[in-house]
Amino acid sequence: MFSRAYKIAVTAPPLIWVMVFLLVPYALMFCYSFWSVSAAQTIVHAWNLSNYEELAQKPVYWETLLRSMWIAARVTIFSLLLGYPLAYFLSFYGGKRKNLLYQLVIIPLWVSYLVRAYAWKTILGSDGVLNTLLQYVHLSKHPLEFLLYSPFAVVLTLTHIYTPFTILPIYAALEHIPRNLVEASHDLGATPIQTFWRVIFPLSIPGVVAGATFAFVLSLGDFLAPLLLGGPSGIMISNIVVSLFGAAYNWPLGAAISLGMLVIVVSLLFVSEKIEKRWSFS
Amino acid sequence: MTSPLSADPAGGSGTAWPALLSIRRVAKTFGRNAVLRGISLDIAEGEFLTILGESGSGKTTLLRIIAGFESASSGEVWMGAKRLDQQPPYRRRVNTVFQSYALFPHLTVEENVAYGLRVAKRPEQEVGERVAEALEKVRMTAHAKAKPAKISGGQQQRVALARALVNRPRLLLLDEPLSALDANLRRQMQVELKSLQREVGIAFVFVTHDQEEAMVMSDRIALLRSGELEQVAPPREIYSRPATAYVAQFIGHTNLLKGEVAGGVARCGALSWNVGLSDGPALFSLRPEQIRIGSGAASADAVRVRGTVLQQSFQGATELVRVQCADGLVLTVRRTGGNALPREVELEFSGDDAIRVEESPEQN
Repeated sequence: MFSRAYKIAVTAPPLIWVMVFLLVPYALMFCYSFWSVSAAQTIVHAWNLSNYEELAQKPVYWETLLRSMWIAARVTIFSLLLGYPLAYFLSFYGGKRKNLLYQLVIIPLWVSYLVRAYAWKTILGSDGVLNTLLQYVHLSKHPLEFLLYSPFAVVLTLTHIYTPFTILPIYAALEHIPRNLVEASHDLGATPIQTFWRVIFPLSIPGVVAGATFAFVLSLGDFLAPLLLGGPSGIMISNIVVSLFGAAYNWPLGAAISLGMLVIVVSLLFVSEKIEKRWSFS
Repeated sequence: MTSPLSADPAGGSGTAWPALLSIRRVAKTFGRNAVLRGISLDIAEGEFLTILGESGSGKTTLLRIIAGFESASSGEVWMGAKRLDQQPPYRRRVNTVFQSYALFPHLTVEENVAYGLRVAKRPEQEVGERVAEALEKVRMTAHAKAKPAKISGGQQQRVALARALVNRPRLLLLDEPLSALDANLRRQMQVELKSLQREVGIAFVFVTHDQEEAMVMSDRIALLRSGELEQVAPPREIYSRPATAYVAQFIGHTNLLKGEVAGGVARCGALSWNVGLSDGPALFSLRPEQIRIGSGAASADAVRVRGTVLQQSFQGATELVRVQCADGLVLTVRRTGGNALPREVELEFSGDDAIRVEESPEQN
């Protein structure tokens, strides 16, 4: 049907793209993670497991990884708690304003990540908007220190940034639910609350899982929010990777951590894919 | 015949008819569009009532108002001594079989049927028994564990029926439930549905645009046109004594004769026959099967007219013959014999079979 030349012309660019920007870097990362750095700060291209041994032995890496996962988990939960009701309202009660409201959800995504992170810095800082206000109304005498440079600030900022990523797939899943199922449920005597838990929520699970996966994976790998707002207690695993590739000049160890992260993320995607399939009915 | 509604046993405020559901002057407008214009209709206990109408006649809207998915712009719906139209759908003892069945895709057949009982928090043992019984009744026991996507349209239809009936509603609403089925299955389901209704003794309100379906199943037919009831009557009566020209044409074939009554005699072109009506213009409906093709042996008071055969259309058991008579009058005649017709035929009918009907103004 299509000529050979045409087929090559349409398939080659994406193939080359994936090769150059995905497969090759991953292969390099894989190789680096089995190499090491000499005392003279040069990379030794000899295969060994020393990076992985170091990761297993030094608790700082594990602790940071667990903290990162805990931060990502909280971001996920808060994003879902904020995003679900909004998506639900939009889908079921949006009415004529549906499209406008949908655009309002998307607009924050056009604003640079950095701007939004810095905005929180101005809000949460010791001389920030929030502290000034609290002192002005005499709710506190001194600036609250825990607001900025803490895991709290990181969770807050990441929740703000990634909530739209949970709203969109949940909204799509809710839009997908035939409205006569809701009518059928009411018809069979189910109250709106029963209808929500027995029909609407189960049928929106694929959207919830997709949204949760976005929020968790994106937060887990984030390094800017902890860098700008995290302080020493809010360091995340990606900050370690960044410093290993930069100041510390230990690419092999950084590659080993990255590979570990990659394994975690890919297995998560695999599991969420399974759950989404299990709960899709169309 | 004074009003198109005169055949409605619920007409007026009569209390003799034991009404289960009473629809009183219900109107519905969407924006500037009047979908229902003051419908009054009573539905009796255990009755099979069909709301028949073309698409856009408002029949589905009326059903949705009874179910509670739409609210009426004005008017009331009563079930016994309880006002229904102010109750949310989940507090009405009314269940619906939806046009597209609306089975819950994430639940098995069994769980779908159990839904109403579970949300009503019936004991699990009772739920199990009643669900098994309901599935038995619609012959779906073998598919109890299947998801709706795995069963055929006809089977989904049965599950939807079981899911509604298991709650023992006082009234079951059916929104064109057979329209998605092919012709054979459809005829089979019509018979099944009717016998099921007799068996369970629950009142059915069945919405359809198919007049044959309405005739086969109903105890009474309510014919809706542009948001108004044209006639409410049992199938035989609505066929043999249509109240309006629209009813006569919508249900079966008919010949409409526009005539003039003077001194107890109706005249339509060259035709004339005796009537017991007052003077003035009148419209008559004459069914094709009431006209015979000249045997010559007809009774003396038969109306006779000669004409030329225009067209014969074979319909299986019968044949429709269009005959051109004098004065531009074309009559359609139904005959059973399949033998050849001469070009010129003599038609005869009894004046009693020409039913006076109300004119139906063009509407839109």
